[in-house]
Amino acid sequence: MILIGIFVYGFIGETIWTSMTDWGGTGALALEPQKNFVGLENYVELFTGFLGGNFRQDLVNAVYYSVMLLVGAIGLGMFIAILLDQKPKGEDVFRTIFLYPMSLSFIVTGTIWRWLLAPQGGVNVLPTYLGMKPLTFEWLSSQSAILVFNWQDILRIMVYIASFVLIMVGVFVLRKDVNRAMKRWLVPGIVLGVAVWLFGDVLPDALFMEEDHGFNMATLGIIMATVWQYAGYTMALYLAGFNGISQDLRDAAMLDGASQVGYYRFVAIPMLKPITISAVIILSHISLKMFDLVFAMTGPDNAETGHPALNMYLTTFRGNEFSKGAAIAIVLFLIAAMFIVPYLIGQYRQRGRR
Amino acid sequence: MENRKITPGTILLYGTLIVLALLFLMPAYMATVTALKMPVDIDLPTSWEFPSVINWASFSEAITLLKPNFVNSIILTICATIGSTMLGSINGYVFSKWKFKGSDIIFTLFLFGMFIPYQVILIPLFQTLRAMNLYGGLPGLILAHIVYGLPITSLIFRNFYSQIPTALIESGRLDGAGFFSIYLRIVFPLSIPGFVVTSLWQFTQIWNEFLWGICLTRHADNPITVGLANLAGGQAVSWNLPMAGSIMAAVPVLCIYIFLGRYFIRGLLAGSVKE
Repeated sequence: MILIGIFVYGFIGETIWTSMTDWGGTGALALEPQKNFVGLENYVELFTGFLGGNFRQDLVNAVYYSVMLLVGAIGLGMFIAILLDQKPKGEDVFRTIFLYPMSLSFIVTGTIWRWLLAPQGGVNVLPTYLGMKPLTFEWLSSQSAILVFNWQDILRIMVYIASFVLIMVGVFVLRKDVNRAMKRWLVPGIVLGVAVWLFGDVLPDALFMEEDHGFNMATLGIIMATVWQYAGYTMALYLAGFNGISQDLRDAAMLDGASQVGYYRFVAIPMLKPITISAVIILSHISLKMFDLVFAMTGPDNAETGHPALNMYLTTFRGNEFSKGAAIAIVLFLIAAMFIVPYLIGQYRQRGRR
Repeated sequence: MENRKITPGTILLYGTLIVLALLFLMPAYMATVTALKMPVDIDLPTSWEFPSVINWASFSEAITLLKPNFVNSIILTICATIGSTMLGSINGYVFSKWKFKGSDIIFTLFLFGMFIPYQVILIPLFQTLRAMNLYGGLPGLILAHIVYGLPITSLIFRNFYSQIPTALIESGRLDGAGFFSIYLRIVFPLSIPGFVVTSLWQFTQIWNEFLWGICLTRHADNPITVGLANLAGGQAVSWNLPMAGSIMAAVPVLCIYIFLGRYFIRGLLAGSVKE
């Protein structure tokens, strides 16, 4: 227990401290490296500095990547789980097939998928077997990006997102409790959104020049591979959940006139909300620390598909910029903590009640 | 099982399942086919076709290249699995049967260790291991895996032990047995299934780990994932070798999965913090 104390909390503290120093450069690997306190300089550099552009692109990638992975893996996993919940013959065989990618290492997955997504082979030539033209999509090397935005506007965009979330939650609550929805969510959301729209110019620019970031099409290949690997996992989670729902409940729903679709839509999936939450937590955790797969698929040198976790490794162990690496790590950590801390507190409360 | 008639619904169901299954098997097929081809036969447009001449040489070549990594991985995985499982079992025992004040809070803080992105502790870990003269070799890596394996193993064991009736422990205590004798005489013999689940889970995790492998070991002590990444990393390499290497790196865990799948899935579900 003491070990965990030191190795987890002590080390996090140490990394925070490191991220505020200027450890790096030529003497970085000396046994007693020179470290000077520089405060938040590393963070400022990462988010607004001239050389931090790669990091910002990686961060944007990571966000798109996490969202797409969540949608893809949970969607596909749930779909397969529902299919298997119909108890087809050979369910075991199918389950084994869908789950086997989970046991593979990311490096193995990455190596194989890199070959599958090679420009003139693999997936791209599949249509020729159906008599069609081969695809020419550049899975891992495409430079084009969609949903591009200017990093200068990042503060404005973040406030917009906040107001959008408030409004969405408001609309959601509206059906249950009109009063609370208006007061707590809708009004502040709309006010915030309008305020930015009208007076957004007051917010400072994050950068002194324009810098565009977007969702790179090359990341699609990586997302495909990850969905392939993790859809089976969410499938297993949901399948266990579906099996846990009693047959009586199912029969009752059917008697009440629920169709198959209705049963899943209104009975089964809402009942498995805790499972969905678990899956979201675990998948976003995985996508945040995603390093191996990106490393194996596009190698360390492809800026288009970068990821903060990979950037951290390169900065720290190839570039010897330990303090910057630590700062990247802390940013990752904070994002992860945003998901995990509420979840763990919830778990703790649950334990306390019992 | 009731007799089912063939309806459009069942056809659709099986059709979708089969298509999906084929999609999921596609990479495995591709890896096998490519690994069995002669290097000259590997050509992008024909990459899906079955090899005209079956060439086992890629496997023997990959084995020669990756053998040291393979051996490293075996040593690493076995040592670290045993270490983290044993310690995790004792921890789980404490957290479920010897609850003390605040043990729930500590346990929650403990779980947090499972969820941190490991990048956050990488730099101090690197420094500490270097200061302990453990950097670069297998012992350091084993230590790291044991320590950071603890949260998950403790969690699995804690959930497992909470199924053991407390009355059993209490009667042991009445008979004058202490902390360790209760553990050794009562809890340990009951926990064999727990050990199977946990060690399979840990085995898979440690075998597949890459980040520490690449950051904390020197070339000679690289585990198999790093070896494979190096093998596949070069641009000019012919693809039969990495594919054969991938299959090699995948086989141990695939065997576990295929033969002990039930336990593997249980570990998977336990790993999702489902209580």
